[in-house]
Amino acid sequence: MMTNTGNRVTQGQFSFLPDLTDAQITAQIKYALKNKWAVSVEYTDDPHPRNTYWEMFGAPMFDLKDPAGILLEINNCRKTFPNHYIRVMAFDSKQGVESPSMSYLVNRPKNEPGFGLVRTEAEGRNIRYRISSYATDKPEGERYGK
Amino acid sequence: MNDPNTNDEKAVDLAAAFRDSHIQEVLDKLDRELIGLKPVKTRIRETAALLLVDRLRKQMNLSAGAPSLHMCFTGNPGTGKTTVALRMAEILHHLGYIRRPDVVSVTRDDLVGQYIGHTAPKTKEVLKKAMGGVLFIDEAYYLYKPENERDYGAESIEILLQIMENNRDDLVVILAGYKDRMDKFFQSNPGMSSRIAHHVDFPDYSPDELVSIAKLMLEKMQYAFSPDAATAFRDYIERRQSLPHFANARSVRNALDRARLRQANRLFATQLGEITKKQLMTLESDDIRASRVFKDGVADSA
Repeated sequence: MMTNTGNRVTQGQFSFLPDLTDAQITAQIKYALKNKWAVSVEYTDDPHPRNTYWEMFGAPMFDLKDPAGILLEINNCRKTFPNHYIRVMAFDSKQGVESPSMSYLVNRPKNEPGFGLVRTEAEGRNIRYRISSYATDKPEGERYGK
Repeated sequence: MNDPNTNDEKAVDLAAAFRDSHIQEVLDKLDRELIGLKPVKTRIRETAALLLVDRLRKQMNLSAGAPSLHMCFTGNPGTGKTTVALRMAEILHHLGYIRRPDVVSVTRDDLVGQYIGHTAPKTKEVLKKAMGGVLFIDEAYYLYKPENERDYGAESIEILLQIMENNRDDLVVILAGYKDRMDKFFQSNPGMSSRIAHHVDFPDYSPDELVSIAKLMLEKMQYAFSPDAATAFRDYIERRQSLPHFANARSVRNALDRARLRQANRLFATQLGEITKKQLMTLESDDIRASRVFKDGVADSA
């Protein structure tokens, strides 16, 4: 049974849900700020699940109390990269955690081509499998069209 | 069928709504803690009334767009511009116009950078920090320096203008400064002037108001005037007002500090042995009449 029948990339929180509205994103950011986490915005156009290091859009925003400023940055990023994956991360700096505690997509390209299975023959007719994104067949910057 | 939701004659109790909103408490507290400032209090009262009417309109399913709340405070030194701006966040939050009762207070240095490309991120950082509350820009005219072509103040003004227009329900901007220089600033920046809905001028205080302010300050510092000292102080104010560099409430505060100094020295010189609490707390008329304003007709300082 296919749990993800479309080609939507399912990385991070809420990725199986329909796209979050601005009001919902604001609520999530408010939750992160309430917990005193640093919020940052990142983007990429390479959707492979092992691609964990995305490009940062501006510095992480520490010491903020209101989500409106962060929403400004998110919309700025959407305007600059309308056809990239954009995610919002919240970093928990508490001792013992010191890692991102929230990460969810806020923007996707209009057409996500999905993934294909690539088989490679290794020694002794063993097959090694990997998945490859159809988008990465094209060079960076041209992957999702204008 | 007479649908009550579309009936124009439907009524709500204005008096009850006023009582329930506790707006009167806010106005009373303001009256008690700030002396004089009639135009400011009037404007706050008017804004509170608008808020109440907006709420009632919402109850009746009428649209109620948030009004523009950006303000400009002008007036002479020491008339209470910064004090009121800091209070404004508390008031607006209580009235329900802003989300947090916090003020971010900046001057030109916090907004303008030193090199190309430095200003925009600096200003944006400050704006992000202030979102949801009040941004108070003191001495706003320093942002714009037309004589220096390498000045980056104009960039900061542009970003401010955009945010003031597009994020009206997220941020309230309050500018403050001296009247003549603010007028010149607005003349050269008509965009800024048109976005400011409330221009409030802070008038100079009257001698009676200054004496009341002095009494309030002393109460906070746990001192008190003796009856003679009170008359002496009023005398002092009337003479000092006509001398140059009079800074209203700030001059009063400085005068009180000097009076405390003289009181301390008087107690040292004349009180041998035990001192009562009352003596420590009371300022006598000598402490005030020793001022150079009485003797030479010259100000001690501002």
